[in-house]
Parts: sequence; C-alpha cells; structure tokens
Amino acid sequence: MRAPARTLMAVGIAAALAVPAFAAEAPHPAKQHWSFSGFFGTFDRAAAQRGFQVYKEVCASCHSMQYLSYRHLAALGFNEEEVKAIAAGVEVPDLNDEGEAVKRPGRPSDRFASPFPNEKAARAANNGAFPVDLTLVTKAREGGPDYVYAVLTGYKDAPSGFQLQPGMNYNEYFPGHQIAMPPPLSDDQVTFADNTKASVPQMAKDLVTFLSWAAEPELEARKAMGIKVILFLIVLSGLLYAVKRKVWADVH
Amino acid sequence: MASTSAMFDNKLVKWVDERLPIFSTMQHAGMEYPTPRNLSYWWNFGSLAGFMLVVMIVTGIVLAMHYTPHADHAFASVERIMRDVNYGWLIRYIHMNGGSMFFIVVYIHMFRGLYYGSYKAPRELLWWLGLVILVLMMATAFMGYVLPWGQMSFWGATVITNLFSAVPFFGEHIVTWLWGGFSVDNPTLNRFFSLHYLLPFVIAAVVFLHIWALHTTKSNNPLGIDIKGPQDTIPFHPYYTVKDMYGVAVFLIFYALFVFFAPNMLGDPVNYVPANPLQTPPHIVPEWYFLPYYAILRAIPNKLLGVIAMFGSILIFFLTPWLDTSRVRSARYRPVYKWLFWVFVICCIALGWAGAKPPEGLALWVARIGTVYYFLHLIVLMPLVGWFERPLPVPKSIATPVLSAQPMEKA
Amino acid sequence: MADSANPAQAGGAHANPHGDGTNRRDFLFMLTGAAGAVGAASVAWPLIDSMNPAADVLALSSTEVNIAPVEVGQAITVVWRGKPVFVRRRTAEEIAAAEKVAVKDLPDPQPDSARVKKPEWLIVVGVCTHLGCVPLGQKLGDPRGDYGGWFCPCHGSHYDTSGRIRKGPAPANLEVPGYVFVTDTSVKIG
Repeated sequence: MRAPARTLMAVGIAAALAVPAFAAEAPHPAKQHWSFSGFFGTFDRAAAQRGFQVYKEVCASCHSMQYLSYRHLAALGFNEEEVKAIAAGVEVPDLNDEGEAVKRPGRPSDRFASPFPNEKAARAANNGAFPVDLTLVTKAREGGPDYVYAVLTGYKDAPSGFQLQPGMNYNEYFPGHQIAMPPPLSDDQVTFADNTKASVPQMAKDLVTFLSWAAEPELEARKAMGIKVILFLIVLSGLLYAVKRKVWADVH
Repeated sequence: MASTSAMFDNKLVKWVDERLPIFSTMQHAGMEYPTPRNLSYWWNFGSLAGFMLVVMIVTGIVLAMHYTPHADHAFASVERIMRDVNYGWLIRYIHMNGGSMFFIVVYIHMFRGLYYGSYKAPRELLWWLGLVILVLMMATAFMGYVLPWGQMSFWGATVITNLFSAVPFFGEHIVTWLWGGFSVDNPTLNRFFSLHYLLPFVIAAVVFLHIWALHTTKSNNPLGIDIKGPQDTIPFHPYYTVKDMYGVAVFLIFYALFVFFAPNMLGDPVNYVPANPLQTPPHIVPEWYFLPYYAILRAIPNKLLGVIAMFGSILIFFLTPWLDTSRVRSARYRPVYKWLFWVFVICCIALGWAGAKPPEGLALWVARIGTVYYFLHLIVLMPLVGWFERPLPVPKSIATPVLSAQPMEKA
Repeated sequence: MADSANPAQAGGAHANPHGDGTNRRDFLFMLTGAAGAVGAASVAWPLIDSMNPAADVLALSSTEVNIAPVEVGQAITVVWRGKPVFVRRRTAEEIAAAEKVAVKDLPDPQPDSARVKKPEWLIVVGVCTHLGCVPLGQKLGDPRGDYGGWFCPCHGSHYDTSGRIRKGPAPANLEVPGYVFVTDTSVKIG
C-alpha cells in the first residue's frame, strides 16, 4: 500500500521541482501587434468574431468561459438575432417544472455553457489535467495576449534528450515545456465566413483577440473615458495653478 | 476669537454655533489655521492622503453593494462588477489602484517627515498617530487584497496569517483562531470582509486625532524652525486650500493614467486565477507596498527572528523621536544626515526590489545587506550622527530666513 | 487671527492697481469653480448609476410562460423580475362579472377590455398597489375577497375578477405587465 503512494509522491515532488527549473529557460514571448493595444486601441471586430468561431468550434469542447453570457457577444458586433441564434445553438442545463435536470436551448441571458459539469469531471475526461477557464486567460498570465499567442503557436518536437512524460506535449513557451493540451490548432481546421485563410497563426491571432475582449470587455470604454478624463484634468490643473498663483501673489 | 459665535451673521448658523460650535471650529481649523508661509509641495501629501482615504471609502462602499463575501461566489461577483454592473469596472479599478496610490502618497508623506524632522518634539504624538494609521492601512490593504479570492489573495492570506505561527507556544492556536478553521477558507474571507469594511472608519478616527495633534503643535516647515509670530504664518484658507486642490488635480492625472491605461500594472496576473487551495503559484509576492518588509522577512533564515524583524522594521519608527539626537529638525541644515537620508531611501527601494525576486542569488544578498543597513541607519547612525554632526546655521525665523542667518550654536 | 486674515484682503487690493485685475481674477475663480463642479458631478454619476439594475439583471427582464396546462378556472403564479405574476384562465361567469361592472363607479376606472388581450386570460402583477404585499386568491382554498378576484391580507384590499381594486385602501388596480402571446399556449411577459 505504502510504497506506490511514496513513489507517486516522489514523482509529484520531482515534477514540482522541475517546473521552476525549466521555467527559467522559457523564451520571452515575442511582442505581437494587437489592434487593442495603445492609448487608442480597439478590438478588431472581424478578428474577434473569427476568434469566437475558433473558440466555439475548437476550444469549447474542453474549455469553459463561465464569466461570459451570450448577450455579451453583442459587443462584438453580432446583432440581436445572431446572438439569439448563437445561444439557441447551445444546450444549457436547467431544471424542468418537475425539478428534473434537463438540457434546453440557450437564451442570450445564459452564461456560456461549460463542457464539463465540474472540475473533477473535467480532469477525469482529460487525463488528470484541468482545461482552464478561458474568460480571463489573457489577463491572468504574465505576458498576457503575447504569451497566449506564443503557447498556441509554440508546439514543437521535443529536443533530443528531453524527458517528455507520457500524454504530455512539448511547447516552447509553456512553463516547464510540458503541456497536457495537444496542439489545438491545425491549418484549415475551421472555415471562416469571410474567406480569411484559416492558418494556425491566423486562427491563433483571431482567437487571442477574442479572448482579450473576453478578459477585458470594458477596454474600449475605459480608454475612451481615460482620454477625456486626462484632458479634463490637465485643463483643471492649469486653471488651479493659475488660481494658486493669483492667490499667492502677495505672499511671494 | 474663534470660539465665539459672534462672527456669524446668519441667525440659524449663530443659533446652532452657540449650542454646538461646529461652524466656529470649522472656521478655526479649516480656514484660519495659521500655517507656516514657507511650506513646499512636499507638504501636499498629507491632504492627498486624506483625499485618498475619502476616495477609498466612497468607492469601497459602492463595491460592497455588489460584492459577495463567500468563497464560492467572491471571484465571480468581482467579475460581475467588472462586466455587468454599470461603471463597475471604473469603480473597481479606482479602488484597486487607489490602494497603491494611497501608499505612494503616505510613503512620500512619511519620508518628508523623516527628512524635515517632523517627528521631533513637540510632534512625537503626531508622528505616532501617523504610524498607527500606517499599521491600520496595512491591515486594511492586506485584507482587501484577499477579497477577490484569486490565487494571490488566497496564498497571500495563507502566508501572512502563518507569520503568527512563529509566536512561541500559542502560534498554532492563534493561526487557527485567525482562520476560523484549519486553513484559509470561507470563515476567513467573511471576517476579512467585515474588518476590511470596519478599519477605514477607524483610520478616519485616527486621522481626526492626527489632525487635532497637528493643529495643536502646528505644522513643521522646510526650515524646521518654530513659528515665532503672526508674520511667519498665513491662514490655511485660501492659501493652502487652493494649493492642496492644485496638488490633488495633478495627482489625479497620475492616478488616472493607471486607472484607465494600466489598471493591472501594479497587480499580479495570478490573482485573475480563482483561488485553489490545492495548488500554490510558483512565485508568491505581496503587493509592491509590502515588498520591503517581505524582503526583510525572507532575509533572515530564522522564522521567529524574521517575523520579529519584519514587524520591528515598522515599530522602530515609534522610537525615532528619541533615536534622532540632533537638535536641528530639518535635514537642510544637517550636511551628514542629509546624505544618510537618501542612502536610507535607496536602501528601502533596494529592499523593495529584492522582495519582488525569488530569495536566491543577488536578490537574497541585497535583502540581507539592506536589512542590516535599514536597522543600522535607524538604531546606530541616527543617534551617532545627531551627536557628532555639526549643523549649518539655522535661520532665525520663517519670515526673515536670510537676514538673521547665523550659526546654530549662537541661536 | 485678524492679522493673518489680512493678506487675503491684501491680495484683492494688490490686484486692483493693474487695471482690470480684479475682474480677470474673479472670472478665473468662477471658471475654475465651474470646472471643478463639472468634474465632481461627472464623478458622482458613475457611483449613482452603479446602483441601477446591472446588465445581467436587465437581461432577465422577460420570461416565457407555457400556459397549456392551465385549465379553465385555474391560475398559476410565475416569477417575472423577482415579482409574482398571476396568470388566471377565467371562467365565463368571471368574464361576465368583470365586463358588466359600471366602469365609472370604480375607484380606478378601467374597462375589462383594456386589461386583457384575450378575455379568457387575465395576466396581472401579483403585488398589491397599496404597500406591496402579495394578495391571496391563487390557490383553491384562498379567500378571494368580496368580488371573487383576490384579497390582500395585509390591509384588506379586495380585487375583482379583472384585478381591479373594489374595496379597501389600495389606490389602483393590479398592474397589467407588458406581454404578448407568442403562440396560443405560450406567453412572453416583459
């Protein structure tokens, strides 16, 4: 009884020790150009809509986005009918009048349906690994959107001599280089309605644009308000400085 | 004169004031208060700190209307504030960055006090009350950081509460009591929320005492000399009210740049991952304003001594009125102390840098040397320099600084 | 204090010799005061507006009800915006009683036809217009008041089979929410 448990623990400790050692080697994610960066940046709506399609058709089978509701998608330029159709295309859990758990078509007010009912079920279906919720992923990682893009496009063959655990994949940018998620994107995996070529870098870029919007849906309103607030404060400071000078004129 | 109600023309105001002198007190403390005429912009940071306290209380009350202090719902309720509550993102970012702004302002306020000897007699109690405010702020900030219930919230709470396990014999009991369980969990979150809401009002009460003490001893000034007569002062209003308002406006530009364009720059991305009691993030760091203390804690290999040094690094400031033996207040007239002051500032920044790094290699050595110098400065150098230093001539009065400049010894 | 108050006045006197100095100063003060007031008001609004219903609350402002299982003479209660909504399938007698009342004698005059879309279905918000209690009359054993509709136990308001106030302290009829029949057996409220 005891020996396997101890072995397991030893493996666990070894893995835990390995992570920081390798983390130091991970290259810095390359800076990408994002439509939403800078003082005046906004989300490229077409890219974000394509990114949503990639999420829906690829990521959503394992990854939840539980802090989003379908109604939020209106901000990406989907009209009311499209939002309704997107929501109706998803089965969400509910209780019927008899109190039984049932699935019904989604409504715009519903949260994004999660692929697994809970973390245990998610781990059981994924070889013990937990596919993280993606709502905040670009905000919750050092390096933000650049890092997520780097991981999505950073799959490589393991260098010779690298001990890859069974069921793991080699990724240049993931801390420790061992990631449970198999390469999620492949060329022409989805068909974009606007005829954009669905290459891996294109899909990754669009997906990260969508995820960045999901993490910070307030970004555009925030920056627009920020410009106004700061201009106002500069004027107010100037006025107050002039008042201060006048009031103090007889002291100096 | 100010205690009489005769100066008010309005009959209602006069009627109230004769029974409860709120108007004459306001007139006296907020308008007539005789303030040294030579205060520099470094003296703006006291009113800025008061401004930040108001900002934090107002935004905090609104956030509490939307926040759910439960381990299962806290993280999601914060996301709801960010996404669905009208202007919720704005109010949260003002509050979140406001914590950092409050500390920036208060630290500058304290360093100003250190440079100009504002802690020296007769302002010892004023200084003490300020330190009490700092300690209360730290407790409030720490508990506030736990509320979003992210990974850093959870593990920060775990690490900091575990500091108390260093207490000999009772340590474990104290920690269990703090947690209300056997780990940081829902009971901990609930009590932290309760105290996070309470403490700012305690701070407000101590701020009241702080200002009362200030108005009793009167403000220090860049020359560090006493007010000799009416020619040295000007009324607080309009001179300093308008100067403070100008300071607030400029400070708000700085603050707004963070709120609107880099709202998460001062925070840790890991706190956007929900708390997971089974997995510690690889690199735990507190918010920037705690980093120097954190460096001191980790610089010392012994757990109990590390904790004592960390708390001691703040409590030691209660003794500075006596550790500083110089008869001159302002560092402007202290050629040696002036330099030591800046070395001490650099020491604190270096400790902050080391606190952000994993405790190994260069960072560990910076933390160790910094810790030694920190205490050396306060316990050894301050008394010694006060003893041996030969101060420059101190002006005779604020109104006539140049005319009567003469050596300290003769003054 | 009298001494130290003087420089403020001296400042005014000091500005005068320079022609229109006082005017320019007053204008500057007013402009700055106005800018400060605008700023303060702009800060107040987000704080006030944050207490209005949030986007997720507004998103739930309509609800669809399946009315197929409701028999004639029965009623169901559904939740809409956190409040009970009474859906009653009225009998022929109840409809007749509601329609034959002399409208001008009512405390809150309103013909039955203005309160229903299909005479058989009466849909009203189940909140007494007096002080917000939920009237009785939905369940079979409930008292329905003197007019066969609903009876509010808090202060004794009687409502008729059209949900109109007939007796008691309530000032107005039970509110009719906005609704549409999506199909013959489905109603969307809100």
